[in-house]
Amino acid sequence: MQRKNSRAGSSLVSICLAIFLLLFTISTLYVFVRKTWWFPNPITSLGRDIDQQFHRTLIITGIVFVLSQLGLAWAVFRYRDRGQRASHIEGNQVMEVLWTLATLVLFVGLGIYAERAWAEVHFRPASPGALQIEVTGQQFAWNFRYPGPDGKFGRLDPKLVNASGGNPLGLDPNDPAGKDDVVVPVMAVPVNREVELLIRSQDVTHSFFVRELRLKQDAVPGMLIPLHFTATQIGQYEIPCAELCGLGHYRMRSFLTVMSQEDYDKWLREQAAANQ
Amino acid sequence: MVTHDGGGAHAHHPPAGFIRKYIFSTDHKVIGIQYFLLALVSVFIGMFLSLLMRLHLAWPGAKLPFISGGIMTPEQYLALMTMHGTIMIFMVLTTAPQSGFGNFFLPIQIGAEDMAFPVINMLSFWTTFLSLMVLLAAFFVTGGAPITGWTAYPPLSAIGEITGPGEGLGQTLWVVGIAIFAGGSLMGALNFITTTIDLRARGMSLMRMPLTVWAWFVTAILGLLAFGVLLAACILLLLDRVAGTSFFIPGGLVVTDKLINHKGGSPLLWQHLFWFFGHPEVYIAIVPGMGVASHVLSTFSRKPVFGYRAMAYALCAIGFLGFCVWGHHMFVSGMSPYSALAFSVLTMSIGVPSAIKTFNWLGTLWGGQIRFTAPMLFAIGFVSLFVTGGLSGLFLAQPSIDLYFHDTYFVVAHFHLIMGVAAIFGIFAATYFWFPKMFGRMMSEPLGKVHFWLTFAGVYLIFMPMHYLGLVGHPRRYADDTGAYFLAPLHNVHLFITVSAIITMTAQLIFLFNFLRSLKWGKKAEMNPWQATTLEWSIPSPPPHDNFAGKLPAIYRGPYEFAVPGAVEDYIPQHLAPEEVARAR
Repeated sequence: MQRKNSRAGSSLVSICLAIFLLLFTISTLYVFVRKTWWFPNPITSLGRDIDQQFHRTLIITGIVFVLSQLGLAWAVFRYRDRGQRASHIEGNQVMEVLWTLATLVLFVGLGIYAERAWAEVHFRPASPGALQIEVTGQQFAWNFRYPGPDGKFGRLDPKLVNASGGNPLGLDPNDPAGKDDVVVPVMAVPVNREVELLIRSQDVTHSFFVRELRLKQDAVPGMLIPLHFTATQIGQYEIPCAELCGLGHYRMRSFLTVMSQEDYDKWLREQAAANQ
Repeated sequence: MVTHDGGGAHAHHPPAGFIRKYIFSTDHKVIGIQYFLLALVSVFIGMFLSLLMRLHLAWPGAKLPFISGGIMTPEQYLALMTMHGTIMIFMVLTTAPQSGFGNFFLPIQIGAEDMAFPVINMLSFWTTFLSLMVLLAAFFVTGGAPITGWTAYPPLSAIGEITGPGEGLGQTLWVVGIAIFAGGSLMGALNFITTTIDLRARGMSLMRMPLTVWAWFVTAILGLLAFGVLLAACILLLLDRVAGTSFFIPGGLVVTDKLINHKGGSPLLWQHLFWFFGHPEVYIAIVPGMGVASHVLSTFSRKPVFGYRAMAYALCAIGFLGFCVWGHHMFVSGMSPYSALAFSVLTMSIGVPSAIKTFNWLGTLWGGQIRFTAPMLFAIGFVSLFVTGGLSGLFLAQPSIDLYFHDTYFVVAHFHLIMGVAAIFGIFAATYFWFPKMFGRMMSEPLGKVHFWLTFAGVYLIFMPMHYLGLVGHPRRYADDTGAYFLAPLHNVHLFITVSAIITMTAQLIFLFNFLRSLKWGKKAEMNPWQATTLEWSIPSPPPHDNFAGKLPAIYRGPYEFAVPGAVEDYIPQHLAPEEVARAR
């Protein structure tokens, strides 16, 4: 190896590397601090809890990110070959133990702390009075079924499924419980009322996702999966599909509208009338 | 450890004839190059597929070459995406780092004449080659390539062509191709493990093995335990597709108004089987690169690896924990939410040995005498990329945060930075480092530096913005951004990514040109152009057929004896007897 050339060139390369890493670190920090591209505002208190945990994680990973990239930048600049002999250091037990413990406590601690929000989503069932809505994914649409005044969902029979014929879920006309069921392609819920979704699929795996709720749940064929939330803000929110389900995956989008109790009651009446 | 003669009962004289020398060779060096060339061809195929994808995402209405009909349909997009992921992960990241460089250099670095099972080694390559042919055939059958992603979740992948184009023969070929690949990988894993345990030269204790050998060893164990599960899963999926079984298909399914005649199966079973393989698989992709990074950083800092023992243990810890975390791909799958607790804590824990390695890489540079050769630049880039890619994993490892990020571009950013860039940088570092030894010629340093800068800048420009798409909630595997209103403002980001990708992909032609040109016209390489310490630098460039010309080495010290106080040279090779070192003082 040509030592003289490598020494001359190494200063330029090391400075470029250090500056590149510095610029990269700064520009990344900028985007995250300015929130140039960011989550939409959450519309549940769970959503706010999750955002707080995200922030905690962001701070910790941000610090590690900055220290590592800038540490790398400094090392490649400071220790470029200027004719010095390297130090024969084989390691440092104390440092190894220290940074192992520090990352262990930080990372595992973060992980344990995150479980609270998860527990709220999945370890606590919906309250008994929650409004139940059945969500069905299929290639390539969402359908939502309300149980109607009797509060009971009617029987579904796969043999009766006929999307083109107006019975996308296969509702059994012989089951009286299903007579008042309302099936609609968009979902509406009253504000400040707990809702329990019962998520299922007709054909392949889909995934129900509402960004503002900070919730996502795969719709798995053969399973009925509950998911509860309480929306605290009126508005219209998109429901994109979040699990590859075929060629129409990218356009399998529905809407969740959060309304006042009054507007919701009116909406449900209108849908029920249209369903008859 | 037992001293052996060499690599099994094969003849010591080189084979005669073109076919036995270069096609059906049992020489680990030839096989290593064959795997490398397979990966080289595959990476350009895989890149081309992603180029088409990116062109469509930026300009959805544009007529593109190689697309029948001109304007890409959603199913064509998904087919490209499926094959891009499949080819890159299996044919590039699972071959080049392990079967490519590992095959060539593992025996040499431990002082052996060949692998323990040279014939099985040859079979493993041709099995892998066959699997690539079967996979590529999917493009040319009726319906085309499958559209289910490299993860092939049933029922979408299990029921047949009624679920979508490409889901007929194309998906079947994919399943068969992957099963064949699994077979080839199992053969290779067996070879690596046996060779490392059994064929180390006198004095080459475990704690004197180069970290590259540790990495290949751990990777092989991962492969041996994981690929069997993938093979089993593929067989079950194949049976569901062609034999009427229902391992993964529940009853009562209706696809486009047609009742499906299956019952009793579980889509989640596939996910458990696939990810039990799939997570170790991504460690198979990155661990050899970690070994190369340690090796190259030490060599060009002229300094021992900082914390060699910790580095070896960290590799083992990453390998072991890698088998315990598969559920983090399944937090929202419908799997028990209680298991998510265990998977989450275990996943966060795997960040600990990863952090140890990162700090030790920095420690290796610290106090060094750094020479910025092309391999060193890629090793330094590896560290930066590993940090960036690894840290986003800390978000995804928490199920409450994963509720938002699962199946968004945030995940795409994470795995591309770790696999599609850091692991690739490991391959680049290895190529620039070992090219002189493999081919007896030097690659062009200036071209190597240009390649590095364009690529390092380019990959960050491509993949950092994908985090931002994920923050907004942009789902992945979307053929375009016209299906939801909230995606419209992100189109400019897609444009930016595509332009960055075009430039970065073009820059790879510089590497290809450098590689091919240097094979014939590179400056002749001496035995130890980098003044390195490990055994491959003690034999000619390129090495003779039996590596050590009949004289197996003995090992007297660890693999990274640089800057030893009192020594005349700033490095002491592993094989130099103490008397020879003393004479030089």
